[in-house]
Amino acid sequence: MQVYFDNAATTKPTKQVIDKMIQVYSDDYGNTSSLHTKGIEAENHIKESRFGIAKLLKVEEKELYFTSGGTESNNTAIFGAAYANQRMGKHIITTSIEHASVTNVLLQLEKEGFEITFLTVDEKGLISLNELEKSIRSDTILVSTIYVNNEIGIVQDVERIGKLIKRVNPKTLYHVDAVQAYGKLNIYPNKQNIDLLSASSHKIHGPKGVGLLFVKEKTKLRPLIFGGDHQRGMRSGTENTPGVVGFYVATNNMYSNIALITDKLKEIKLYFLDRIKEIEDIQINSDVSLTAPHIVSISFKDIKSEVLLHALETKGIYISTGSACSSNKPGKSSTISAIGVDKIFADGTIRFSFCMDNTLEEVDYCIDTLKQELSILRKYTRKK
Amino acid sequence: MNGIFKAFLVKYGEIGIKGKNRYIFENALMDQIRYALKPFGDFYVLKEQGRIIVEAHDEFDYDDVIGALTKVFGIVAICPVAVVENNEWENLKNEATAYMKMIYEEKELTFKVAARRSDKAYPLDSMEICAKMGEHILDTCPNLNVDVHNPEVKLNVEIRNKTYLFSLVIPGPGGMPVGSNGKAMLLLSGGIDSPVAGYMIAKRGVALEAVYFHSHPYTSDRAKQKVVDLAGIVARYSGPIKLHVVPFTEIQLYIHEKTPHEQLTIIMRRIMMQIAEKIADKQGALGLITGESIGQVASQTIQSLNCTNAVCSMPVFRPVIGFDKQEIVNISQRIGTYETSILPFEDCCTIFVAKHPVTKPNLKAIMRSEEMLIEMNAMIERAINETEVILAQR
Repeated sequence: MQVYFDNAATTKPTKQVIDKMIQVYSDDYGNTSSLHTKGIEAENHIKESRFGIAKLLKVEEKELYFTSGGTESNNTAIFGAAYANQRMGKHIITTSIEHASVTNVLLQLEKEGFEITFLTVDEKGLISLNELEKSIRSDTILVSTIYVNNEIGIVQDVERIGKLIKRVNPKTLYHVDAVQAYGKLNIYPNKQNIDLLSASSHKIHGPKGVGLLFVKEKTKLRPLIFGGDHQRGMRSGTENTPGVVGFYVATNNMYSNIALITDKLKEIKLYFLDRIKEIEDIQINSDVSLTAPHIVSISFKDIKSEVLLHALETKGIYISTGSACSSNKPGKSSTISAIGVDKIFADGTIRFSFCMDNTLEEVDYCIDTLKQELSILRKYTRKK
Repeated sequence: MNGIFKAFLVKYGEIGIKGKNRYIFENALMDQIRYALKPFGDFYVLKEQGRIIVEAHDEFDYDDVIGALTKVFGIVAICPVAVVENNEWENLKNEATAYMKMIYEEKELTFKVAARRSDKAYPLDSMEICAKMGEHILDTCPNLNVDVHNPEVKLNVEIRNKTYLFSLVIPGPGGMPVGSNGKAMLLLSGGIDSPVAGYMIAKRGVALEAVYFHSHPYTSDRAKQKVVDLAGIVARYSGPIKLHVVPFTEIQLYIHEKTPHEQLTIIMRRIMMQIAEKIADKQGALGLITGESIGQVASQTIQSLNCTNAVCSMPVFRPVIGFDKQEIVNISQRIGTYETSILPFEDCCTIFVAKHPVTKPNLKAIMRSEEMLIEMNAMIERAINETEVILAQR
């Protein structure tokens, strides 16, 4: 049995996405900038996709830019906002549980003379609105928070965060890294006081190499990539027409069926959490009421997560380590250490992440296999 | 350099002195050259008067060919040869001058001409060729001066049915052609030392096979791929390597369970040597090769080496035994294994590593502990039977 429980890493593109992309690749391969019919056909695909996504997010078409993925969107949003607004101040606020494509951008800006405040999180992974309020200053130009954390699935209350920021300093921009939230939670940037928002296609059964950046109208942003002034100069480079179309199909699939999909994911997650309790000496890092429906993080006592990963892989189960074990990358901040998981648990952290194609039978197989493998692995631990 | 060179003259040193066995070494070297050049075009390799000549019968990329030849053990030097089809003196003189201009451009250099002619009917004798050709080059190239005693460039002119011109000397790796000295089994880990050790023994003409101990799930498939890749890089020099991947988890866990933790590494090493020796025996290899260096880690103290050595009857070659780490690193960078060796893929075996392993193991004590391992022989048999063989080549 093959069980893919690593859907927060990437997902399998749906047939619908692939079919549509093949059609665009084969027939409508023109360059959107070309003046002839072939170019116009391609441009129409981009327009249609942008229009469709704009409608789902309740934003204007001109507020959306297509990028090469979540990392580029995060880079453009943060570097772009920092460079374009640095005359107003050089202070930026973020959290201690961001994805590397946010954290490392901010660490780079710190080297360039910006001042970065990292907000702490509680044991569930939530930031404190109180701490945020106290951190916002007159020279704070940007707050960047993750929407759904990629390691434990905790969902920040972005709407209240957005409201708070605008109340304390209306000039402060708010960027949300929504890579894990997009397609799984309803996102309305304008209603949520979000100025900048990043999303990615391959996390929702779309193609790799495509992302989205929402930039609220009139937001000052310096582009990261210069060239032939595509996408009104904000993101130069020939548009990835098949990719964008695939991304739109995937987005549409998710949001048209969002109630159905989240119900299915919740069912799987609840069943998983119910059955995982049969295993001793574990810690559940994903509070079911506060986390996204597709992510569960579990810490197994006395286990090296990578060893467990390879043991499960042999049985056809694909998961990710919960990143605390990335001990070969010392100094990397991780959500697991930010929420204060004890070391004897932290090293054995595994992330299980689901999609709508997963089944309860797969959960059963996964739990049964976990029991077997853990009984072997736990028998052999490092002797003191 | 593409285009002007049509042949290569290969010089070999040590194998030239091997008396009656000489042809074995020469044939092995020619085989290795043919193998090395196979991907790069159609070449004819022949033996002539203590040298090997490689003639191109086709277009080829100069840098690819030099890259391949400089990896063939046994080659001391490679001279790229320009071939002049028309031996007629006026033409030859002009071609040689054009050659010098093309290769040395405007550089200020001293030179001399060294001529040989197998065509004794040629109108000029060797001395005359040297003098007249030198004169013509001197007149035509203002940047070149003659120095017959200590020239910076020696232009060799060999007249046969065609004429060979050569002056460049590219150093080869030295050593002996692989296959001329039997075969040995390399214990290959993912580290820096063992690929270097394999390279060094292959350089002495020894063909390689390798054995790698895989402890899934404690080591990942990426760690295994890394070893396959390393074997592939060593194979650029040694020729294809049969890599024996031995499933080792069961044995490791058994040792872990039954013996004192601080002895685990040393006992494990002893078992690895036994398995490697058995596979070597089966494959017709006559020695084992390890990347051990005295004192580098606990299992490589002189006491530990005694304990691991005691299980084998085959000779164990440890070519880097007296090297400092940095010296080994330097070689690995030169042969191209370093970048792969330092990839971090084996972080998960910590349960098998004692915080304070024995550094001065007592062989009797170790053997006493091993008496507890009553099922070990059966496990070794099983591991050997389940060994996967992967052919690693460039």
